[in-house]
Amino acid sequence: MIRFDQVYKRYPNGREALAGVSFAVASGELAFLTGHSGAGKSSILKLIALIERPTRGQVIVNDRNIAAIKARGIAQFRRQIGVVFQDHKLLHDRPVMDNVALPLIIAGVPRREIDKRVRAALDQVGLLGKEKSRPLELSTGEQQRVGIARAVVARPSLLIADEPTGNLDPDLAREVMQLFKRFSDVGVTVVVATHDVHLIESFDARRVRLSDGRVVAGEVPA
Amino acid sequence: MNPGAYFSRHAQVLVGSLGRIAQQPLAAFMTMAVIGVALALPLLLNVFLQNARAAGGNLTDAYDLSVYLDKKADTARAQALAKQLRLRGDVATVRVITADQALTEFRAASGFGKALDALQDNPLPDTLVVTPTLDAGTPQGTESLKAAIASMPDVQVVQLDTEWVKRLNAILEVVRHVVLLTAALLGVGVVLIVSNTIRLDILNRRAEIEVMKLVGASDGFTRRPFLYAGIWYGLGGGFLAVILVTLGTVFLSGPVAHLAILYGSDFRLEGLGFVSMLEVLGASAALAWAGSWLSVRRHIRAIEPT
Repeated sequence: MIRFDQVYKRYPNGREALAGVSFAVASGELAFLTGHSGAGKSSILKLIALIERPTRGQVIVNDRNIAAIKARGIAQFRRQIGVVFQDHKLLHDRPVMDNVALPLIIAGVPRREIDKRVRAALDQVGLLGKEKSRPLELSTGEQQRVGIARAVVARPSLLIADEPTGNLDPDLAREVMQLFKRFSDVGVTVVVATHDVHLIESFDARRVRLSDGRVVAGEVPA
Repeated sequence: MNPGAYFSRHAQVLVGSLGRIAQQPLAAFMTMAVIGVALALPLLLNVFLQNARAAGGNLTDAYDLSVYLDKKADTARAQALAKQLRLRGDVATVRVITADQALTEFRAASGFGKALDALQDNPLPDTLVVTPTLDAGTPQGTESLKAAIASMPDVQVVQLDTEWVKRLNAILEVVRHVVLLTAALLGVGVVLIVSNTIRLDILNRRAEIEVMKLVGASDGFTRRPFLYAGIWYGLGGGFLAVILVTLGTVFLSGPVAHLAILYGSDFRLEGLGFVSMLEVLGASAALAWAGSWLSVRRHIRAIEPT
C-alpha cells in the first residue's frame, strides 16, 4: 500500500517537481501515473524507492512512513520493492542468469534455490532458455523483460516501473503492460509511470494524472 | 543465514573478485608488480641486516678475554684459577697457556728466536684465555665478566678488545632503523597504490554498483568484492616480493661467499625462511586490504542511484 499526503519535492537546482501531491494505491492494485515528461511521475517513483527524499509531506510505503527509514535501512527497504527502468539498467558484462539472480544473491538465497527462482521468473516473462545470453544479444523488448524478471524474482510486495514501454513498439508495449496486470492479479501492488495514455485505455486500473507536479485527476474506473 | 551459507557466499565473492582481476591480467600484474618492488626493497635490506648480524655473531673470538697472571704465580696457581673460572655460569671454556708454551709460540711466530735466547728469564706470564658462554657473550656480559676476573687474586691484566664489536653493533643498529623507516614509507606507498587502483575499479563499475544498490544491496555487500580484490592484489604483490628477494639473494650469494672465503670464513648468505615468506604475504595482504578499505569507504558511499 502506498499513500502520498501533501508531498512536495524541490531539487537542489530549485526546480519544484512535486507541489502538494496526494494519492493512495491499495495493496494488490495496479495504478498508472500519467502526464507529460517533467510532470512529476519519475519523482514520485524515486520517493517510493527512497532514491530521493521528500522536501515536505508524508510518504507511506508498505505501511511504513519512509521518513523513519534511516540511511542504513534503505538497502533492506528496497528489497521489498521491484523496480523496472526505462533503460533497463542491466549489467552488460553478465549473462541474463546473473542479472536476474542479483536480488536473490543480495538477499542471501541459497544457490540451488536461486537457479529455480530465476528460471521461474524468466518463464513468467517468456524468456526461459535465454539464461546464458548477454543482455546486448537480446532485443530491446527482451532486455526490458529481463529487467522485469529481475524486479519480480525476489517476490516483492510492490513493483514500480518508470516508462517501461518507452522504447517498445505498440505490440511489445501492450504485452509488457499485460505482464504488469498479471502481477497485480496475484496480489502485487504495481505502480507504472507512463506518458502513453492510449496504451493504458483498455486496462482496468487506477490512474493518477499529473501536471506540473500536481495531481489533476485521479480516478478508478468502475 | 546459517554459517555455512555465510562462508560459501564469502568464498564465492572471493573467487569472483579473483576472476574479475584475471579479466585484466596486465593491469592487475602492474599493480602487483609495484607492490612487489616496493616491498622487496626493505625486505632485501632486512635480509642483509639479518646476515650481517649472523656474521657478527660468528666472531665469538672477539669476545675472548685474555687474562695475564702475575709473574709470581706459578703454573699450578694458573691451573687452579682456570678450574675456579670454569665453575662460573658465564664461562664456556678456559684455556691455560703457560709461560713456557707462550714463549715457544712466540719464538716460532715472531722469528726473534736468537734474541729471545739472550734472555735469562722468560719474560712472559702464564695466561688464561677465557671464552664466555653464548648467553654471556654480549658487550655487557663480557664487561662484567672482565670486572669479576680482574678482582681475582694473582690476576694482573684482563684484556678485552670489544671496541670494534661495539661499533659494528652500532652500525647495524643504524641500518636497522633505516630498514624500519624504508619499510614504513614503502608500506604507506603500498596502501596508497592499492587505494588508487581500487578507486579506479570502483569508478569503472559505477553503473553496476548503482544497480546493486537499487535492488537492495547494502554498502557492506557492495564493498566486499573490492575488499577481496585488494587482498588479491596484496597476495600477488607479496608473492612477487618474495620472488624478487629470493632472486636478489641468489644473485648476491656468489660474491658474498667469495668474500667470506677471502676472510677464511665459510659464511653463507641466508635468504628468507619459509615462515618469513608467509609473514611477507600476510603483511602485504593486510596493507593492500587497508588500502582498498580507504578507497571503498569513501567511494562506494558516494555512489547513489539517481
